[in-house]
Amino acid sequence: MERKLYNLIVIGGGPAGLAAAAAAWDAGERSILILERDTRLGGILNQCIHNGFGLHTFQEELTGPEYAQRFIDQVEEKGIACKLDTMVLSVAEGEDGSKEVTAVNEKDGLLLLRAKALVLAMGCRERSRGALNIPGFRPAGIFSAGTAQRLVNIEGYLPGRRVVILGSGDIGLIMARRMTLEGAKVLVCAELMPYSGGLKRNIVQCLDDFGIPLKLSHTVVRIEGKERVEGVVIAQVGPDRKPIPGTEEHYDCDTLLLSVGLLPENELTIGLGADISRITNGPVVNESLETSVPGVFAAGNVLHVHDLVDYVSEEAQLAGKKAAEYIAACGDAMSASASGKERIPVEFEGGIRYTVPSMIDPDRIDGWLKIRFRVGDVMTSRKVVLSLNGQPALTKKRRVMAPGEMEELVLTRKLLDAYSSLESVKISIEEDQ
Amino acid sequence: MFDAVIIGAGVTGCAVARFLSSYQGSFCVMERTEDVCSGTSKANSAIIHAGFDAAHGSLMAKYNILGNQMYPQLAKDLDFAYKNNGSLVLALHEEDIPKLEALKENGIKNGVKDLEIVDRKRLKELEPAVGHVPVAALYAPTAGIVCPFGATIALAENAYANGVEFRFNTEVKGVTPTTDDEGNPCWAIQTRDGAVLTRTVINAAGVYADVIHNMVSSEKIHIFPRRGDYLLLDRRTGGYVKHTVFQVPGKLGKGVLVSPTVHGNTIIGPTAEDIYDKEGVDTTSEGFDDLMAKAGLAFDDLPLREVITSFAGLRAHEANHDFILGEVSDAPGFFDCAGIESPGLTAAPAIGKDIAAQVAEKLSLAPNKDFNPLRKGFTDPKSMTVEEYAQLIREKPEFGRIVCRCEQVSEGEILEAIRRPLGAKSLDGVKRRVRAGMGRCQAGFCSPRIMDILAEEWNVDVADITKSGGRSEVIVGFVKDRV
Repeated sequence: MERKLYNLIVIGGGPAGLAAAAAAWDAGERSILILERDTRLGGILNQCIHNGFGLHTFQEELTGPEYAQRFIDQVEEKGIACKLDTMVLSVAEGEDGSKEVTAVNEKDGLLLLRAKALVLAMGCRERSRGALNIPGFRPAGIFSAGTAQRLVNIEGYLPGRRVVILGSGDIGLIMARRMTLEGAKVLVCAELMPYSGGLKRNIVQCLDDFGIPLKLSHTVVRIEGKERVEGVVIAQVGPDRKPIPGTEEHYDCDTLLLSVGLLPENELTIGLGADISRITNGPVVNESLETSVPGVFAAGNVLHVHDLVDYVSEEAQLAGKKAAEYIAACGDAMSASASGKERIPVEFEGGIRYTVPSMIDPDRIDGWLKIRFRVGDVMTSRKVVLSLNGQPALTKKRRVMAPGEMEELVLTRKLLDAYSSLESVKISIEEDQ
Repeated sequence: MFDAVIIGAGVTGCAVARFLSSYQGSFCVMERTEDVCSGTSKANSAIIHAGFDAAHGSLMAKYNILGNQMYPQLAKDLDFAYKNNGSLVLALHEEDIPKLEALKENGIKNGVKDLEIVDRKRLKELEPAVGHVPVAALYAPTAGIVCPFGATIALAENAYANGVEFRFNTEVKGVTPTTDDEGNPCWAIQTRDGAVLTRTVINAAGVYADVIHNMVSSEKIHIFPRRGDYLLLDRRTGGYVKHTVFQVPGKLGKGVLVSPTVHGNTIIGPTAEDIYDKEGVDTTSEGFDDLMAKAGLAFDDLPLREVITSFAGLRAHEANHDFILGEVSDAPGFFDCAGIESPGLTAAPAIGKDIAAQVAEKLSLAPNKDFNPLRKGFTDPKSMTVEEYAQLIREKPEFGRIVCRCEQVSEGEILEAIRRPLGAKSLDGVKRRVRAGMGRCQAGFCSPRIMDILAEEWNVDVADITKSGGRSEVIVGFVKDRV
């Protein structure tokens, strides 16, 4: 069967996909198709009805759906084509270098498409109970926080009345407040690590303000109830994160919410054969947010999990723009890859877990490039040092750094232009005396 | 008056029902829970054993061999997933090699074909992922893997299509001898809906088979639930291991196996722990640690970070470690299928066929001339060509709407799971039939939608939709309903 050609296909119509498509349009690309699996655009923002979105982008406090609408409006004003309720089944590289996308929906049936470039914007999913090996029964009443959020905010269902939350990721914190407001009693939020995985502002606004205790270095050691959750047992953990016998506390509850991490959803990316980082679980990308497969770009939570949607939008705009440039450089010959040049790896040390991007070609950085990264532990009184060719080029003081808060460094054209030949880029975290 | 009532809709009960339906008569399956395949049949290794392990001369050995031989054709007739992938029993030490020899010898006596002891070099060729520890293995090419849900549901659907009645949420509270209007002996089965009369009873009640048996016989039996924990890995690990890989059996059963599943996951398990609670399917952290340690002896680089779920199953272990099959001597017309633990899944079709024949002989049942041995499985877009799938969606657009993204299951498939005879009533019922919710997100994304579909199809309030029947309601009400 013949495959219909678009210049750019964007997989995912959440914040990343929308911003990428709009940016590609602004860069001059007109043949764009967004494929979205839900019945509406906006992605996970549609269920994030709390406020706090858009402070960076719009200097306003918006709800999730409001924030999404700003980008949906842009896409609609430009007249960018979207197919909703459409699931991408597979992505493959065609013989001519084009990307073959196979998708399905009720109306069009099986959609056989191809594109010169792709932006991957599939987002992430939540780590489930199974991935945690929490022992005990498997009754009803165990939800990931995001599933509970959907049930409450979209469907109007109440998942439970007495709730224990394991994990202090942002969605869990947000749901502690939401469940309380909807009439449930949230008993405790237990966090395995000695620090929270969520944003400080969420701990204050969602737990502290409602008198919900946060128990750090605690975990669930047992789930009780054969049909529906009847209780959970929480215990303190030692430095090895193993439960300490004798510290068990029993909570009578009917619900356990899990907010224990998000995983970029890269099944399509893996199917395509792109290199995946073992740290982020997202594709390895260069300064253009291009994966190891030329012409395939990625942005948002599919690339690495973000705390703030504002950064997702910003990142996705870069991916969209670079995808448009890639297509323009292709001309009609699909084989003419825009990539190929040996890139400089972004080295890091001092507690940094990863950087995105992980390699750069300075010639392809237009005005500036934000290098985003996370640290592996809570650190205080530090400075982040960017070294170019072994020389400190930029220093940024950080009073507190935590795994739950993404960090960034801005690599400007001006900084780069000071080096006629860039050979090494390194980010390190040092004590700040 | 039924000719036969089968107690328990696990794989054994459904197999008996299916083979009984090839005879003329009125048959009924009574199941305590809301669905078929809800007990031991749903939580096991999903292995079709070759048959070298069971003690020679035991019923286990006999029915293992017979069942193993029946599966390939049965899977074709009833259209369920089965694969003949072969098994390996690893010797982890030179000293264990005589144990392989003994297993091979026992297997040959049992009638297992093509058994072969392979050295480390050949083992690595057969199973490249094997780690540095194993020194040799017993290779059994006749072993296989099966979808235990698929097999049980197929047997049940085929029995239903051939006239067997199924009663769910029907716990048997008592079985007593009585007589019919003409003074002929029969059995009265007590349920919450009153008594049902039947000429014969087949006890296929799994871990409760002792309770049912002891209602009618003075020769008491005792079934110990023996719990086994399992870990299931993401389909991404498909192909990591090709064969079902055992280790030389220890005192508590077959040890830990690592095996592919028919759907491309990898399964690790089981542990073995005798417990008292017949509903005690709770997993333990000790169990997980044990599995990981033991499996690590066979493989150096098991992708354990790909665990998507864990579960525990109960083997219906009987003190003499053999099946108890056939008419009970002091209870004429009452037939046991008790102590059905490993290799019970393998043996089930052979047990079903044999017990059905015994019942038919007892009652002088004539063959059912209308018996249809064939059953068509669920519509499976994944097995179709692009053209076939495109055509399917043109005819039935609901097959183009993907609800479960991890396993790529369409609304059409979910509707079919619910609308077929003996259809799914709960999230787990849907999951076991068409795999929606079986994948890496463990139903996080799809369960709200499937709840709505179930509520609509069964015409009930969404708050009444359960995870797995009983009091396992998924939600407790609606937002602000008590504010």
